[in-house]
Amino acid sequence: MEIVTHPYEKAFIEWSKDKPDVLVLSADLTYSCEVGKWKEIYPDRFFSMGLAEQNMMGFAAGLARRGFYPFLHTFAVFLYRRPYDQLAMSIAYPNLPVRLVGFLPGITTPGGVTHQATDDIAILRTTPNMTILDCGDATDVETVLDVAQLIEGPVYIRMLRGEVPRLFNKNEKMVFNHARALSWGSDLVIFSEGICTEEVLRVTPLVKEKGLSITHLHVSTLKPFSDPQIIKAISKARFGVISIENHNIIGGLGSAIAEIIAEKGLAKRLIRLGLKDTYAHGASQSYLMKEYQIDGMSLVKAIESLINKKLDIFEKDLGKLSLEPAHSLLKVEDL
Amino acid sequence: MNNAEISQMISNIEISANRIRLRVLEHILKNNGGYMSQACSSAEILAALYLYIMKLGPSIAPLTPPKFKGVPGSNNQDYFRGGAYNGPLQADLDHFIFSPSHYALVLYATLIEVGRLAEDALQDFNQDGSTVEMIGHEHSPGVDSTAGSLGQAISQAGGFALARKLLNEVGREWVFMSDGEFQEGQIWEAINTMAYYRLDNIGVYVDVNGQQCDGLVQEVMSVEPLKAKLEAFGARVQVVDGHNVEELFNAGKYHKDGKPLFVLCYTNPTKFIPLLNNRKPKLHYLRFTSEEEKMEYQSLFEELEGMIPWK
Repeated sequence: MEIVTHPYEKAFIEWSKDKPDVLVLSADLTYSCEVGKWKEIYPDRFFSMGLAEQNMMGFAAGLARRGFYPFLHTFAVFLYRRPYDQLAMSIAYPNLPVRLVGFLPGITTPGGVTHQATDDIAILRTTPNMTILDCGDATDVETVLDVAQLIEGPVYIRMLRGEVPRLFNKNEKMVFNHARALSWGSDLVIFSEGICTEEVLRVTPLVKEKGLSITHLHVSTLKPFSDPQIIKAISKARFGVISIENHNIIGGLGSAIAEIIAEKGLAKRLIRLGLKDTYAHGASQSYLMKEYQIDGMSLVKAIESLINKKLDIFEKDLGKLSLEPAHSLLKVEDL
Repeated sequence: MNNAEISQMISNIEISANRIRLRVLEHILKNNGGYMSQACSSAEILAALYLYIMKLGPSIAPLTPPKFKGVPGSNNQDYFRGGAYNGPLQADLDHFIFSPSHYALVLYATLIEVGRLAEDALQDFNQDGSTVEMIGHEHSPGVDSTAGSLGQAISQAGGFALARKLLNEVGREWVFMSDGEFQEGQIWEAINTMAYYRLDNIGVYVDVNGQQCDGLVQEVMSVEPLKAKLEAFGARVQVVDGHNVEELFNAGKYHKDGKPLFVLCYTNPTKFIPLLNNRKPKLHYLRFTSEEEKMEYQSLFEELEGMIPWK
């Protein structure tokens, strides 16, 4: 599997080259959010706002009203949890084109509860005018900026930093409100977001060997949530639906899917994998993924529950797989 | 300005200020309630800002306020903004953000007084489907940015001021605030930031009336000494009598010193309406408790109406 180092850092520098109205506002986490080099290259467009996120929201609003595109960089929790009223009233209500680049989504940090954005999707789904984008690999990270910039209003991005795996073909860009179809079949459908997608990719080949046909959709647009593929995939799924997300199961991807199943009368069973209405704590990502049951083996168990049958897949089987970048732009209707 | 012009300015602003108060009192008598003390304290400040201090273009909004046509969103991107009453957003013109949205009635009365809003616009005040809302939002006349969650306007104005610097514009940013807002931590983040980025193109007039919803600011949570605090944060501070027109005007002059300007206007929340003193210390909202009290205000209104040029 290809591991890309700092894909956001490089992509954002390149992308900003011909966009003089793109500004960066940073709240004392410049290097932690991979905009340190950006600052050195575009010093006149970089504004250090200090540890003052509420004020940063207002400054961003004023700049956006004057035609600039402020890209706010800090850890995700400090973009929506700490300054929520400012985000909602100064930015989201007037539908201003502010880009909130949130690092450390969910349990991707050993920083513990204060640094773990485990309720961001839930909170921002209930914020009118907000668009939510989510990155699952290096290709998503490299191509999310174009998607975000097409949106007239505010956009929140769950961003990945550091060493990021490339799961999707480098040339297949993220598409707005269009999930990546990574596998297709009619027995069950798995929806994943962010870092959970890699876990699913490790499991699906093994499950297919057992004779099950699976649709796997990687969702990168969490709001709006109106991709027609979603209804089609759920409708086809004989045994039911599994969602797996790096987030509380309340209000996130699984909840969005539950709403669709209920409102469209699709009558499928749904198993939601994610943090079960709990806070997390500081530990490694792989440890926390197991602890909160958003890892490959938890997915295997969920599939077993759905089909009511043992699969005889074990932890040691999962690591063996060498993942190659997948083609992901097929549509469900093409399957 | 020469002496004659200064005298003319003082007279114009003083008359306008009292007429603003009369309009608010008239409305309160009609509706049996409203924000009176805010008009008492801030009328000279708002009249001075609109008539002499801010360099605004003519209103580009209809004299009669439009009905509410929906919240901003992707299906309503070109929604009507109340800032249009303050003229166009233009490089050489000033721009105004009104922070304490609870003063909306006073702002509307001011807009009427300075000819930017129709004489009868207050008929729409707090009526269903109207933009002349009780607490102003950005579709309400004169309200440029949503600031009713207090303490948020100053940061937004900071963003406008920074944009002005980036765009090399000479127009200034003005904010009107109330003293209670200085209890919000965001205010201090904003002042720190404006000083750090040397935003001397922003001017903040503060109505220091010592009043907030629960009562006296000094009893709810004192914000004093405001001048020393603001100066320590890097602001240029002018302290004025908020009813002294000449002081108000002079305090707004531009200084190219890299410091955001704060004009602390110490005011009397019962100015022109001494009857309000009977209600101290709770002056936030005036609702008559008896027909007798209402009659007292009615006769005061008639008395004051006779004293100043009116309608």
